[in-house]
Amino acid sequence: MKKVRNLDHGADSLVTVRRSRINPLYTLIGAVVLSGLLTWAPWFLPAADVSILQNFFILVIMATMWNLLAGYAGMVSIGQQGFIGLGAYAVLYFAIKGVNPFVAIPLAIIVCAIIALPVTYLLLRLRGGYFSVATWVVANTAMLLILSFTLLGGGTGAALPGLVNLSPDQLNHDRYLSTWFVALVVVVATYLLLRSRLGLVLSSVRDNEVASRSSGTKVTSTRRLIFIVAAAGCGAAGAVLAISQPFIQPGNEFSLSWTAQMLFVSMIGGLGTIEGPILGSIIFFALQQWLQNWGAWYLIIFGAVAVSIAIWQPRGLWGIVRDKFHFELLPVGYRVNDATREPVPRKSDGPSWRSRFARKKDGPESVAT
Amino acid sequence: MPLLQLEGVSKRFGQVVVADGITFQLEEGASVGVVGPNGAGKTSMFGLISGDIKPDSGSISFEGRDLHRVATPTRCRMGIGRTYQIPQPFEHMTVFENTLVAAQQGARTRGVASYEKAYQSLERVGMAALANRPAGSLALLHRKRLELARALSSNPRILLLDEIAGGLTDAEVVDLSAVIRGLQGEGIAILWIEHVVRALLSTVDRLLCLANGALVADGEPREVLASDAVRTVYLGGRIINESGVS
Ligand SMILES: Nc1ncnc2c1ncn2[C@@H]1O[C@H](COP(=O)(O)OP(=O)(O)O)[C@@H](O)[C@H]1O
Ligand SMILES: [Mg+2]
Repeated sequence: MKKVRNLDHGADSLVTVRRSRINPLYTLIGAVVLSGLLTWAPWFLPAADVSILQNFFILVIMATMWNLLAGYAGMVSIGQQGFIGLGAYAVLYFAIKGVNPFVAIPLAIIVCAIIALPVTYLLLRLRGGYFSVATWVVANTAMLLILSFTLLGGGTGAALPGLVNLSPDQLNHDRYLSTWFVALVVVVATYLLLRSRLGLVLSSVRDNEVASRSSGTKVTSTRRLIFIVAAAGCGAAGAVLAISQPFIQPGNEFSLSWTAQMLFVSMIGGLGTIEGPILGSIIFFALQQWLQNWGAWYLIIFGAVAVSIAIWQPRGLWGIVRDKFHFELLPVGYRVNDATREPVPRKSDGPSWRSRFARKKDGPESVAT
Repeated sequence: MPLLQLEGVSKRFGQVVVADGITFQLEEGASVGVVGPNGAGKTSMFGLISGDIKPDSGSISFEGRDLHRVATPTRCRMGIGRTYQIPQPFEHMTVFENTLVAAQQGARTRGVASYEKAYQSLERVGMAALANRPAGSLALLHRKRLELARALSSNPRILLLDEIAGGLTDAEVVDLSAVIRGLQGEGIAILWIEHVVRALLSTVDRLLCLANGALVADGEPREVLASDAVRTVYLGGRIINESGVS
């Protein structure tokens, strides 16, 4: 929370800006407890559930990145499977070259970010549907390039080396933890990004690109940065996907169905919020578990859910929560509290947080007249 | 050196000529009104200056710098702030966040300085009490004021105001004119498109009249309104009757 000088009432009156309505300390405690539980999950959950959780995290990473791209930066990509594939194959490449596959995960992320940079100079010239089709073309090109490398197994794929000296239990455990850790980093990094000045810019571009430009926003460079971040994030998803499978195949890693899942999950959860894609992923896995014995009905119900939400709740299910209860788990906005206008402070405005912020950032010089 | 200079600026959309060799200069801190019938090309002229529209020919310079290859956001950062005739709020963001975008991106402020800038702009237009409202929930009058506050937050050297007084009551027009005179007093140049001529006359000391994309009159406001060129454009003084100025 930060103090702002108030013209009407002089320098002494208290106008404060805070970043959340609920005390962020509660959110932090909740996040730490949840993180602890998820870190220890392999010790108390059955192996089957741990593996579901692991797939859930991969989907959360993908959906979070797709939401950043489409929900915030207005780039409807249908080619994110390209970076998933590149991430997976980068891990394979480094593993073949003798790097520990787990160590190769961050390397794969960097590779995807580097590849994405020149790609943006091609893609960002295009708008709307043309952009989407071009992302798909880029993904296919990436797959064709990978197919031409015999070292990487060509069309048949290759087994990931470097994991044989681990016991199956140890291997599963390491797979789970690395996937969970990558998902945590992706979600936390996305949250921090959206809370930053860049996040405010993204929200404004999402709402009105023309007005955002004439308010001083360099929309193209913002988009470029987000595209690279999303490429790195999807590369991360591909990297943890690679270590969670015994065998890496182009048809699987570069599958369009990854992007279809990201899209479905972001849409039912709600685009343009951090919580939406996470909620969407939970619903996706719940539906999948619930409907797994229903055969073809499984796909029909998935489709019906997506269409109903698109028609009746275009802001997604998290949108209902937000609009009805004015509740945000991971707030990124700004609240102004003018003490001279709203004399009764809300109970939830925790004093500890206020003073911490005030001491840290608001030196007297910054609020003096 | 003039603050803003247009030299033979022309633009057409298919058959429609929206700018036809527009040439004029604006000095630092000038306060200039723009009138002209609907479809005259007033809003398009703002688009040409702000960078939303690219001219077919002619040149626009700001503080001596040719804007030809300067993108819209850079123009805003240089000090060209504009409002939109049809307000363009960031609907899912709060009123405060709307102005904060301009304070951080347009005025290049950060942290507390950006909060102050954004909040003070809202206070100036009398919207501080609505700071936490989602901009999408605002009525038209407040949307127009938010346009002004947002443009103001970008620290403009010139403000391009596009019909921000339409639909206001007389008392509100007086308030708004006072706000704008205050801005002018701080050295911000004003270029103000308005059909409410009374608001213009109380604020500006020069008036431009556009018709079919061409500048047909430029001078002292009352003289311009009384000129034959402007009377012809408005088919016999409709603008004068409508606004109650005689
Ligand atoms: N982007 C555009 N494409 C085609 N025609 C346009 C465009 N923008 C404006 N026009 C046309 O140009 C003319 C001038 O519009 P405008 O500048 O909005 O006039 P004013 O603000 O004076 O009412 C109108 O006839 C309008 O229909
Ligand atoms: Mg207009």
